[in-house]
Amino acid sequence: MNWEVVIGLEIHTQLSTKSKLFSGAAVGFGAEPNTQTTLVDLGMPGALPVFNKEALRMAVMFGHAINAEIGMTSVFARKNYFYPDLPKGYQTSQMDHPIVGKGYLDVMLDDGTTSRIGITRAHLEEDAGKSLHEDFQGMTGIDLNRSSTPLLEIVSEPDIRSAKEAVAYVKMIHSIVTYLGICDGNMAEGSMRCDINLSLRPKGQKEYGTRTEIKNVNSFRFIEKAIYTEIERQADILEDGGRIIQETRLYDPEKNETRSMRSKEDANDYRYFPCPDLLPVVLTQVYVDDIKASLPELPSQKAARFQSEHGLSEYDANVLSSSRAMADYFETANAVVKDPKLTANWVMGELSKLLNQEQLDIENCPVNATAFGELLVRIQDNTINGKTAKDILQAMWDGEGSADEIIEAKGLKQVTDTGAIEAMIQTILNANTAQVEQYRASDEDKRKKMIGFFVGQVMKASQGKANPGMVNPILVKMLKGE
Amino acid sequence: MSIDKQGVQKIAHLARLALTDEDVDQYQHSLSSVLALVEQMQSVNTDGVEPLSNPLEMTQRLREDKVTEENRRDAFLANAAQTEAGLFLVPKVID
Repeated sequence: MNWEVVIGLEIHTQLSTKSKLFSGAAVGFGAEPNTQTTLVDLGMPGALPVFNKEALRMAVMFGHAINAEIGMTSVFARKNYFYPDLPKGYQTSQMDHPIVGKGYLDVMLDDGTTSRIGITRAHLEEDAGKSLHEDFQGMTGIDLNRSSTPLLEIVSEPDIRSAKEAVAYVKMIHSIVTYLGICDGNMAEGSMRCDINLSLRPKGQKEYGTRTEIKNVNSFRFIEKAIYTEIERQADILEDGGRIIQETRLYDPEKNETRSMRSKEDANDYRYFPCPDLLPVVLTQVYVDDIKASLPELPSQKAARFQSEHGLSEYDANVLSSSRAMADYFETANAVVKDPKLTANWVMGELSKLLNQEQLDIENCPVNATAFGELLVRIQDNTINGKTAKDILQAMWDGEGSADEIIEAKGLKQVTDTGAIEAMIQTILNANTAQVEQYRASDEDKRKKMIGFFVGQVMKASQGKANPGMVNPILVKMLKGE
Repeated sequence: MSIDKQGVQKIAHLARLALTDEDVDQYQHSLSSVLALVEQMQSVNTDGVEPLSNPLEMTQRLREDKVTEENRRDAFLANAAQTEAGLFLVPKVID
């Protein structure tokens, strides 16, 4: 049977506020347990929440970035469930009146096609604490530092039809929230987590099949793999005539499988009701418009500008604008080089290769953008060739100094003096008379293949410093005996 | 409208309340009369009336995004039945 995959995603993004959503405790990853809590976060009787202004502003920014209706009146609601890392017995969230309403994103796939993914809503809510199950004499340890950390939960429509599309969408959300500076985007530390709702239906059928929800997947790669394994699992069951059970599942990256979380049947009975401790949040049009006017350039806008202003291809523009740090690096370097194509090639090529090898983000690149630009300028003005530039980049990476310092110290300046190149070539021709005679006896086609040998000899003799653009024509001339 | 015994037991479970059979009978009776009152209220025509989320005619005040609280872990942990390594300890939760 030909199955169609239907996916909707819920993405939890942790907002980069200094203090918590409802209290004045610090927010931060990796602090000593329970050192960032207050009476409010601990759910002490009588402690009342006060809403963080900055979390509100960030949520409205996001709403604008996805072309959404902003909830001019939004209401906090209590989502009730019992778990020891949720001391109040409810999570303060939003239900009927979220801060961000319907919006959408146009997502570009690797093959260049674009699909529009609807976003149902995005609402503000508080995170819970952490349960540590290991090593406490058969007991569970509770750390409430994360309790009341602000989250923006972004809920998509079931518009996604493949694992690739899901990953492209999550990457786009990641790129938007980091551009806006409202989330650090650190998935390994849980700043962005994704729940995947997935079902299959026979191609052409209108009704959705029964879905499962895979909880808390925290990397792009795992999202893709979790989707593939879950599609396979559901297809196997359906092809055997079985039925999918609606349930919550966990993805295990080590075994590359999803498994049921054994949720109790009534686990989803959250009995939402408006939170009596918090009043409705009412926004003015001026407030909402001011935030819209102050939005930074978004990834899609930047990609468009890179094409119009710098003449980059659509592909290059998209790659470079996918992360704000990479885009900034490119623009800073290009301000020095003033050759967007050359700069783009080197940022996406050699620099990205080194970053990948060292598993570094561009934010932590040991060579800063200006120094990188200065290296490219030396290719441009023919001081060095591309091959030498790669070696110099490695040396800069290892902290040996600026491009010019390394060129000077290692004597890497390219030889561009015609006389010097001619002298070098003459020496090589004298030392290889047999090859020269063979060359002269061959026809044009064969000659083209044989010239490589001589170029290699020249580059070797010059220790890579001869300008290849100059060597070739002079060599051909001299081989012909002209 | 009334609520049956299973309904009472389900609500009690969700609220983590342990009820005796006698309690269940009593709650079945009192919750049913609450529901009867709700039913009566539902006969009122509320067309065009916005749902009330708070009886106060006020809107939420906002707080500056500043860290105003310091670490008071020792005081907080002093209230707990059992602690270790800065953590609150609770009976093992398996889920």
